This record gives sequence, structure tokens and C-alpha cells, in this order.
Amino acid sequence: MASNDVQDYVGFDTITQQMERKFLKRGFNFNVILVGESGMGKSTLVNSIFASHLIDSQGRRAAQEVIRKTTEIAPVTQTLEENGVRVRLTIVDTPGFGDQCNNEGCWVPVIKYIKDQHAAYLERELKPQRDRVIVDTRIHACLYFLNPGSRGLRPLDVEVLKRLTEVTNVIPVIAKSDSMTIEERTAFKRRIKEELAFHRIVVFPYACEDDSEEDRVLNASIRELIPFAVVGSEEVMELDGKLVRGRRHGWGVINIFDENHSDFVHLRNFMLRTHLSDLVEVTAQRHYEQFRTSQLRQIKELRAQQAAAAATGGPHAMPTQAPPQAPVANVMQHQPMTQV
Amino acid sequence: MAPSAPSINSTNSRMATPRPSSYRYKSEKRGMTYNIMLVGQSGLGRRTFLNTLCEREVIAPAEPPNPDTANVADPMRFDTYEVNLEEEGTRISLTVIDTPGFGDGLDNTECFKQLQDYIEAQFDEVLVEESRIKRNRRYRDHRIHTLIYFITPTGHSLRELDIELIKRLGEYVNIIPVIGRADSLTVEELATFKQNVMRDIDYYKLPLYNFCWDESDSEALKENREIMDYTPFSVVTCDEVIDNEYGAVRVRRYPWGSIEIDDEGQCDFALLRYILLNSHIADLINYTEDVLYENYRTKKLEVGGFGDQEVDGDDDEDDEEPVAAKKE
Repeated sequence: MASNDVQDYVGFDTITQQMERKFLKRGFNFNVILVGESGMGKSTLVNSIFASHLIDSQGRRAAQEVIRKTTEIAPVTQTLEENGVRVRLTIVDTPGFGDQCNNEGCWVPVIKYIKDQHAAYLERELKPQRDRVIVDTRIHACLYFLNPGSRGLRPLDVEVLKRLTEVTNVIPVIAKSDSMTIEERTAFKRRIKEELAFHRIVVFPYACEDDSEEDRVLNASIRELIPFAVVGSEEVMELDGKLVRGRRHGWGVINIFDENHSDFVHLRNFMLRTHLSDLVEVTAQRHYEQFRTSQLRQIKELRAQQAAAAATGGPHAMPTQAPPQAPVANVMQHQPMTQV
Repeated sequence: MAPSAPSINSTNSRMATPRPSSYRYKSEKRGMTYNIMLVGQSGLGRRTFLNTLCEREVIAPAEPPNPDTANVADPMRFDTYEVNLEEEGTRISLTVIDTPGFGDGLDNTECFKQLQDYIEAQFDEVLVEESRIKRNRRYRDHRIHTLIYFITPTGHSLRELDIELIKRLGEYVNIIPVIGRADSLTVEELATFKQNVMRDIDYYKLPLYNFCWDESDSEALKENREIMDYTPFSVVTCDEVIDNEYGAVRVRRYPWGSIEIDDEGQCDFALLRYILLNSHIADLINYTEDVLYENYRTKKLEVGGFGDQEVDGDDDEDDEEPVAAKKE
């Protein structure tokens, strides 16, 4: 039977190109929060990863600058473009985190901010008249900066990581790893992994049932590297006749792109070249869903309580009224939304 | 670059001026009593600093604790180590007090009081000892002569913890600030960091040890001013010793190069060691005894806090105090 007719080709495989065109038009949002003490190399690292000067270091330099008494939240948004693809990149810095003598509760503003973004998205989603494309300010990735030289997780790290991993994708890094020898790094990474496992702190990437074999292998190799021991730099210098981004010490030059020197390339590829869409998707499917479920449940319970109170009647009961006419958003505002 | 102040002469000049109220057990065998305290957050190299300073393993690497202790902040401890050293012919009976746990917890505001209490306790011991009718010939002086404070190499400025510590303890002990893990800073970053730190010191009027406190010797004064320019001292320390063509050297090896700890071009460790154990050991001890202790003593006696101590009501003891001791 002659079935070489061109009509047998249906052509739905062009959906990928169609999606790409739409995507190119729309662009996407990517939001990253940086959590770590000042001086851990946060701004330099993020500027190195995106190869642009996105944020300035918020560290205290002049003597007159006041020492921060609390953790501030400082988001900066910029649009980057590469080969026609636009990303609205928001970097949220957290100056003041972990910098005081007493750091109890220094994580509260951070957790609140992350939850507030989920709440804002939920509010927009529940509006009767929704926007065609809901602006996504949810945090897709949290880079958590560990202190090089400590033997393992510090008490502050454990407290904060436990809470952060419940609301967002956490990627632990050691940003100033150029003062650790290779042996020290290996020992440190092993300890950190042990301690994370002990405290049941689950960092990104997560294992998923429908991961392909390829994904599993890739994720396993990423997990080997955690925490990423990286070196960041915005300075370009010459090394062996080439121009590289690096740090020049009196005893040698570090090339941040050299895999023998640091995990920088692995971190960048992981975040941007292999797992970027995962970070965005998992935020929506896992962290946001969790938040959404618990919020809606709370609202439902509240309504049930109000209905019960109204039904029992009596002089003390609330005057019978229809559930609040205002959009659900108003009800939500009365709830203790961000419980830390 | 190391100062050339001869250590032997300065120690001799101390022995030549007997101080009736200062009390140290001098013995050829035992050497000069010298007490150093190390303070800093974990991970800044205190342990290796001590080992490198004494050129032997005084503190073995700690056993990696169980994972379940990671979130339990140990209260600050005072671990004492005694080492006998010989530096350029002078025997030193060195006691080092390490303070693991400082600044490592969630809430570290108690640490300052603990340190202050410890230092004051050593002063109190001497105060009591001096006032005895029958003094203990074998009494050992535990007053802290130097406190080495490790600053985190952030590259920015001082942090709240640093400022609070120096502010609170500077009147009780000689504080010498060092930058731990200084190999994480490039040459430019280090210079900027040192500048920023010194600006903070000036701005907050933080009482560091003033190398230039003795203005009588103009030659030494000039050298001391040069030394002060190095503050805070950048320190890189390691346990590894390798053999190269020049003999045994202590190095930290990275994929991009090796840093030799004793090379003065790379870090200030060698200079600091010389200052601590050779050129300025007498100065540091003198200042502790003649100024810091005396100030404390005056304050304490004025307040009259010694009512119930074993001062056997002998007022003649106080009359023996040389007037010079009250110099301010």
C-alpha cells in the first residue's frame, strides 16, 4: 500500500516552535533571593553568574554607615536579553541578615517576604477579573551562603535552612571558597551533606517520580557538588594570554571558570542552563501549591466558623450576612497570612 | 621589616626595676610567664594559629562532632594550653586560653560579659595575692597579657560583634586585632579592608593596644608607629609543613598556587609572631601590669569591694605602695 503521502504528516510537532515564539514575545520572570551574612560574597557571586553588574554590595564600608539592626529586604529588578529571549530578573538582597550580636529571628523578614509573594500571586489568581498573564514575583531560587571555614552548619544555618526549604528552592553555596584547600572543601561538603540529611533539610534539586533516567543521573551529580564551592569575580584579567574573570592573589590567579579552581561553572550551568525552568516550575507546583492549599483551607475554616456562629443565632451572634461580598482578597487580609 | 628591638635587653631592663607590688615568680627553669587569650568566631583559624605560633601541634584537630550537634550552640568555653617556648635565648612559659563558642550561637550577647568576668577574675586573684601577709612563693600570674581578636575577612568593615568586643574589653586587656583566613582577600582587598577597619576603630574610638604607649624611647616609638600601620595583622596559618629547596616550610596549597605562611610579603604572621614572642613581649606584660591592672585595682579598691577578702587588716601594706604605681 502506497502510504508515503505527505498528508500522513500531521505537523503537531511544531508546537515547540509555536511555544518558543510566544515565549520569546512574552519573556519570563526569574526571581532569586540571596541569604547570608554580609561579606559572604553574595553580590559578587550573583553579578558573576549573570555576567552583569546587577546589584551593589550592601556591606558597611564607611565608618559613618550605621550598623543595621535588622534584616532588610532589597529587591532590584532588571531586564536582561540573550538571543531574543528576555528575562525580567529580580535579585532580592537581605542586608543585615546574621550580622548582629543577637541573631534570633533575623530570618523572619526573609520568610515573610517569600510568603508575601505567594500571597500576592494567590490574590491575583483569585480575582474575579484576572490579568491575562499574572505577574510572577514568587521567589524561584534562594542562594544560601555558608561560611567557609566553619566545620559544618552553624546553629543559625540550621534554623534558617529548615524554614527556607519549606517555602522555596534552596541552593547552598560557599561563595568565598578561595581560602579553602581542596581537602578542606571536600571534608566540608561531606559534613554539610551529613548534617542536612540529619536535620531532614531538603535542598533543590528534589527527586521526583517521573524523572527520567537522564534527570536522575544529572541530579545525582548535582547533589554530589552541594554545597557549591565557588569563587565570584567581576574583574577581568589576563591569564596565560587569555582574558578571564578571576581573582589575583599574591600567590596565584584564580580563574572562576576553571573547574579545578571552583564549582562556579557547575553552579551557573545548573541554575541557568539545565534547571532554570525546573526552578520556576517547582516553585509553582510545589511551594506555591502548598501555600495555596493551606491558605484556602484557612479561609474555608473561617467561613465555616462564621456560618456556624451566624446559624446559632441569639443576641450575641453576628448579624446574618452573606459571605463577604468583597473579593476573597479582603478576607485573606484579615488572616494571619504569614506565620513564621 | 621585622622590628629590630632586642628582646634580651628589654627583659633585662624589666628585671632591673623591682616592683614591690608586682608579683611574678621568676625562675630560670620556668621562664617568663606570659598569657595570651584567643578570641574569634569558629572557622577563623584560632587553633591553627596557636599551632603555627608554637611551631608544634598544641591543639589537635577537633573530632568532627556528630551531625546532631550542629544546631546546638555550645556555650563559650575557656580551654587552657601550656607551652614552654624558647625565643632567642629567652624562656617563655606560655599559657594560651582559647575560647571556642564565642560568637557562634544565635544570641551572643552573653559572651562579652563572660570574657570580662574571666579577665577580671585573674586580676582579682592577683589583688588578693598581693594583699596577703604571707605571699605564696610559687604563685603563678594568670593575668591576660594579650588578647588576639580574630576578625572575619568580609572585605567591608567591622561588624557589631567586633565593635562590641573591643569596646567592652579594651580597658581590661591589650587587644591586638588580626584578620583570620586572610588568604581569602586579594592584595587590594586586604589594603582596603585594613583601612576600613582602622577608620571604624577611630570613629568608634575603640581601645586597641597602643603600641606607642611608651613615649620615652624615640627610637622604639618610630618603629612602633610603623608596626601600627600593619594593624589589623593579616594572618594565614596552617598545619602542613613541606620540604622544599630551602628546608621545611609551612604552606597552604591551592590549585592556583601556594602561600608560604612565613613569607612576610604574603601575610603578617611572621611579623606578628615576632612582636608577640620577641620584641614586644615585655611591653605587653608591662602595660598589663603597670596600667591595666593598676587601673582595675584603683577602681576596685575605691569601690571597696574587698571588704570580706583575706586582707589581714594591715594598713601598712597599703602604705608600701610606691606612689609611682598611681601614674595615669
